[in-house]
Amino acid sequence: MPKDDGIGAATVRREDVRFLTGRGRYSDDIKAYGECAAVFARSNVANGTIKSINTDVAATMPGVLAIFTGEDFVEVGGNPAGWLINSRDGEPMKEPKRPVLAHGKVRHVGDAYAAVIAETAAQGRDAVEALEVEIEEHAAVINMKDALAGTNYVHDEIGTNQCFDWGWIEDNRAATDAAIKGAHHVTTLELVNNRLVPNAIEPRCSIGDYNPGTGDYTLQTTSQNPHMTRLLISAFVLGIPENKLTVIAPDVGGGFGSKIYHYGEEALVLAAAKKLGRTVKWTSDRSEAFLTDAHGRDHVTKIELALDDKGNFLAFRTETLANVGAYLSNFSTVTPTFLHGTLMAGNYTVPLVYVNMKTVFTNTAPVDAYRGAGRPEATFSLERVIDMAAREIGRDPIELRRQNFIKPDQYPFASAAGLEYDSGNYDALMDQMEKVSDKTGFAARRAESEAKGLLRGFGVNAYVEACGIAPSNLVGILGARVGLYDAATVRVNATGNLSVMVGAHSHGQGHETVFPQIVADMLGIDAASIDIVHGDTSKIPFGMGTYGSRSLAVCGSAVVRATEKIIAKAIKIAAHMLEAEASDVDFSDGTFSVKGTNKSVSFGEVALKAYIPHDYPIDMIEPGLEETAFYDPANFTYPSGAYCCEVEVDPETGKVRVDRMTAVDDFGNVINPMIVTGQVHGGLGQGIGQALVEQTTYDDDGQLLSASYMDYAMPRADDLPFYVVDHSQSTICTHNPLGAKGCGEAGAIGSPPTVVNAVIDAMQSGGKNITHIDMPMTPHRVWTAMNNAQ
Amino acid sequence: MMTTVTMTVNGKSVSETVEGRTLLSTLLRDDLRLTGTHIGCDTSQCGACVVHVNGKAVKSCTMFAIEAQGAEVSTIEGQANADGSLNVIQQAFQDHHGLQCGFCTPGMVMTTASLLKENPKPTEAEVRTYLEGNICRCTGYHNIVKAIMAASGQDVSSIAAEQLIS
Ligand code: FES
Ligand code: FES
Repeated sequence: MPKDDGIGAATVRREDVRFLTGRGRYSDDIKAYGECAAVFARSNVANGTIKSINTDVAATMPGVLAIFTGEDFVEVGGNPAGWLINSRDGEPMKEPKRPVLAHGKVRHVGDAYAAVIAETAAQGRDAVEALEVEIEEHAAVINMKDALAGTNYVHDEIGTNQCFDWGWIEDNRAATDAAIKGAHHVTTLELVNNRLVPNAIEPRCSIGDYNPGTGDYTLQTTSQNPHMTRLLISAFVLGIPENKLTVIAPDVGGGFGSKIYHYGEEALVLAAAKKLGRTVKWTSDRSEAFLTDAHGRDHVTKIELALDDKGNFLAFRTETLANVGAYLSNFSTVTPTFLHGTLMAGNYTVPLVYVNMKTVFTNTAPVDAYRGAGRPEATFSLERVIDMAAREIGRDPIELRRQNFIKPDQYPFASAAGLEYDSGNYDALMDQMEKVSDKTGFAARRAESEAKGLLRGFGVNAYVEACGIAPSNLVGILGARVGLYDAATVRVNATGNLSVMVGAHSHGQGHETVFPQIVADMLGIDAASIDIVHGDTSKIPFGMGTYGSRSLAVCGSAVVRATEKIIAKAIKIAAHMLEAEASDVDFSDGTFSVKGTNKSVSFGEVALKAYIPHDYPIDMIEPGLEETAFYDPANFTYPSGAYCCEVEVDPETGKVRVDRMTAVDDFGNVINPMIVTGQVHGGLGQGIGQALVEQTTYDDDGQLLSASYMDYAMPRADDLPFYVVDHSQSTICTHNPLGAKGCGEAGAIGSPPTVVNAVIDAMQSGGKNITHIDMPMTPHRVWTAMNNAQ
Repeated sequence: MMTTVTMTVNGKSVSETVEGRTLLSTLLRDDLRLTGTHIGCDTSQCGACVVHVNGKAVKSCTMFAIEAQGAEVSTIEGQANADGSLNVIQQAFQDHHGLQCGFCTPGMVMTTASLLKENPKPTEAEVRTYLEGNICRCTGYHNIVKAIMAASGQDVSSIAAEQLIS
């Protein structure tokens, strides 16, 4: 049985109290004495040459303190991509510089070419209006195929719009081609993974501060990983020594990937703070967020599945164009490659996989990891083509999947796409999904829908993904420019309460509640006496931050390791107090006792002794009780799941409604089931949003047509159903101390193909031979498909 | 043109000098430092900024401060019980995990208060419809809807089947 606040307990979240009472502290809530405002001048053309920027008039406007242009940052570095990817021919990817402010050319609508610092944001906006700017507009490069075929380049200096042409696994290419050529049956599908805008409800905000007396900089910013932001600014962009720069990410209102990355606005407010000796603040408005936050997805894919005459999968082959936008954002090169191609064997024993990925520069906002990051794209392609194959060869889609599933006795399993899955039980997940979704009742529900004049479809999906990124030595070989461990410090205070400093960052995930559950469980003490410190580079040892569902599997493991060190040291102190050998001291439930005696001391007494070491083996043990651990995982973790959904489609209007949605996931050990369930819900909401309503649209001139909540459809409460979420069929991760796999992205990975498969099923049930509809499946698209179909 | 505007905010009388173009949300956040009212958009869509003006839910980003002259305004900071404990709605949001990042939450709580005043026992469909003007990106709404129904005193144990680890 879990302790009521230990591992496995559905403890309510302690952070809720401040959020529910308006006492959260988000970046824009911070107001410094004497702060001034940065306002950016942003391009309203997608592609243009900056001929001149005359700041004379603007500089004399009321309240204006300074004006920066790209010219001011020519000498400093660019914001780099975090992974170096090589093309199939061994050539390194093209890496055009991403400057703090555009210089020479503007490359997407929203690209900042100047910034005004003024006493107030309103004065700054007025001064931006008064800048005299001449930008010569050029034709925009928007469509990826055109971008590759043409000679109009987003970056003239690289002479191509292709960033790289990557093959995975290149050595399997010929064998995959041969398998497809000789196969009994090949199913081919061309599909689009629609471009999305992450849309954390809190817009980005950055506040720069500089102390001329010490040379210390402070950046408060909306970040999912403050240490990486510091590293990028220090090592690549501004060259501020790491020990002179503190990055603080206070409460952050959602990220979903978009706040992983370092953005130019962060460097600008620091540079401006130094120049003026003032605190400089920038808060994005929603329109700026649409234009400049890194977008997600945007793949165009052709996938082929080869099968033998018994329905065994022989090979998957994909060709994809992935948009990276105008500049390489920090994770933009790893997302379509190693976070995508390596998952292309899915849950299956398929022997061959070949993925070709061409990434393309366009005059659009940068595209990077968004909840799921590459894995949703992989799962979508796989699970759509499998569904289509089942239909083509007349097999039940669940049975065809089951036939090809990796079986529980095959772990560890080396997938054809190069990963070693450590654990899983896909049949058990599928069984549970069929049970809790009441699949057998579907026929009756379909009849009810049909009686109302509606079509009803059932769609299914199986996924496996890779989380807990990752072994540093492995990702180093694959091109990562950083390590991907995480770190934690457990500080036991003299009075027995604890501060735990973690490298993971919480922006909705509930770390302040979950990490104490782990430590409380291990130390046998009350979770309420343990506080988490995160999001401040001056307070925590180091951290690679939160993304890729890695907080628990990686940082949680570091917390375990640091706590183990605490216990090891505390046992030595207790041994001294109990006048026993350390090897004779047991620790359980917060008490140290000598085996076979009734002599014991409490954890609190040991803590006090560590800080008041009057009678203490000072020659053998240091005073104090504080330990740090860095944890570098041995492998990725592999969450998996089986999802299904039922949709109703109105044939008169093409409107799709998700009526039932079931998610059965294997996340390994679950620390707080309430929070895990909530994470799945959020992912489902975003995944259903992608499937049905969300669409990012640029016109041919590169204007973002969907740049506000009036034009970009965010899923609302009445677009979504209650969900059935189940994690009763877990298998344990075999290589981290918590046995945990990660749950943050699953819902967004598993749901889009489930919804599309259900809509196609509904179409077929209505006698329409429709095999695919691209997302988002808006009423217009569905209605058009139905009207064009036989 | 600066104008002095006087109103009651969370039961306290306040007087501030503002420009004509100052929004109520700006007055609350910047002048009164009541930063629980959030700004999530610039088109009156997200609902993070919902407060009550004379008992009605209002998007404070859509109203000028001077329009609230003489009004009774209440914000998220004024919602807790007199002893500082969470009120029924806030408690239901915590109990049912109706928030994650917390950014939409003040608006959700304020909107819920006005929903339950108008309709003390809303159905699931009524709750979802009423939340039309409140966007949450984190929760997929499931637990928000559940929390609101629980706050209205309805038994939510059966409205959403969740099979958790036992
Ligand atoms: S900030 Fe008021 S509706 Fe979005
Ligand atoms: S809890 Fe994050 S937007 Fe609703």
